[in-house]
Amino acid sequence: MQLPLDLPALTSVLTVSQLNQRVRETLDAQLGEFWVVGEISNFRVPPSGHFYFSLKDERSQIGAVMFRSANQLLPYRPEDGMQVIVRGRIGLYEVRGALQLYVEAMEPRGLGSLQLAFEQLKKRLAAEGLFAAGRKRPLPFLPRAVGIVTALTGAAIHDLLVVLRARQPGVRIVVRPVRVQGKEAPGDIVQALTEISRIAEVDVLIVGRGGGSLEDLWAFNDERVARAIAGARVPVVSAVGHEIDVTIADLVADRRAPTPTAAAAMVVPDRRDLHAWLARMANGLHAGVQRQIMRQRERLGGQARHLRDPRQVLRALQLRVDELSERAMRGAMSRLRLARQQLRGGAERLQALSPLAVLERGYSIARRADTAAVVRDAASLQTGDRLRLTFARGTAAVRVDDPRIHEPDDG
Amino acid sequence: MGETRDKTKDLRFDQGMAELEGIVARLEAGELPLEEALAAFEAGVALVRTLNQRLSEAESRVEVLTRDTNGKLQLQPMDPDAKA
Repeated sequence: MQLPLDLPALTSVLTVSQLNQRVRETLDAQLGEFWVVGEISNFRVPPSGHFYFSLKDERSQIGAVMFRSANQLLPYRPEDGMQVIVRGRIGLYEVRGALQLYVEAMEPRGLGSLQLAFEQLKKRLAAEGLFAAGRKRPLPFLPRAVGIVTALTGAAIHDLLVVLRARQPGVRIVVRPVRVQGKEAPGDIVQALTEISRIAEVDVLIVGRGGGSLEDLWAFNDERVARAIAGARVPVVSAVGHEIDVTIADLVADRRAPTPTAAAAMVVPDRRDLHAWLARMANGLHAGVQRQIMRQRERLGGQARHLRDPRQVLRALQLRVDELSERAMRGAMSRLRLARQQLRGGAERLQALSPLAVLERGYSIARRADTAAVVRDAASLQTGDRLRLTFARGTAAVRVDDPRIHEPDDG
Repeated sequence: MGETRDKTKDLRFDQGMAELEGIVARLEAGELPLEEALAAFEAGVALVRTLNQRLSEAESRVEVLTRDTNGKLQLQPMDPDAKA
């Protein structure tokens, strides 16, 4: 039987654990700390809070772990497919003899970590509907009080106060000062929103700060601040940074103002504009009621015009009376004339028919002396009858002698 | 001391504006009988007066909400000369 070649002494043979340990120590000493770029895959987070994933490129991969103590500093959440640059050390997970990359820091490749965090939160809150246009509340026209949540120093508060008071000198303003950057800022802002909402007269809020870097403005990208603004008791105007800076607070607020001046213009109307409007309305009232009165006058017609001046009325009446009486007079005169004429005519006719006129013509009236009856017929006479004759002038007593009945022609 | 608030203070400014606009529109349309027109005119003038008065308050109040030493919330007038 042949003995195996090169069988070392038992003292120089390693156990597996010893091997793994020696490998780990050697690698760590040799490589130290380094940066690796790669793509995340197989990302998972067990209840321990540690990040476990693989980092890979086109050909190779390595298992990685980022312990909770390190990963909780990340503002964003790594995802499968994300390109990252990590700083770490190599290790051997001795229990299984597996190579492991211990990650101490991670930066997203391309996008900054803050920007990435912003994009992730924006997507998440948008999906919840917190940015929906339908959620935006209208601002009150003339608030009883304007609430402001901002730093007590800086350009923002100064501009706000100047413009608010220029537009509405009598407006009531309540300021709740806050830290606007740093670790405590989000919590402070959330508390400020709660406290200032307790003042009943505050009908609108302005939340904001002056310009700065993404880090400076970061508190206004905080999820807690976003939710506090979304749930505020009154409408919120967000005025964070400059025009180009858009924060989560801006997206979730009821209105976004690019500057503090714009915010002030949104929450109160300009008193001068309102005075001008009121003056126009007052004119409209006067013109309108004048028109109504004129219209009523017209409806009353001509009478209304007379009624305006009693002297005129009197004069008119006077004229009318004169006119009528003249007519009356003229009428009466002509009737009188007519009557006279008629009378004369009648009188003439009468005269013509008068028996006196017959007597004038030579006839006489014979009457019986005893009865005075008028004699018309000779047959009623006897010789010796006494008659009285009436002439145009005077009378005579006569004795009838030889009464004869004869033709009228007989002489 | 009762809660006797001036009735005009309860009128929201923009509500007053809307009412006034309505009155002027009715008067300009000219369909009102004379008595109603005069009543509307009077109401309109009163509104103009009230709203103008509202705007004429010159005293601006700026207060700061803070917590005192006991942690209690309080309102204090802001120092008008506070440097920005």
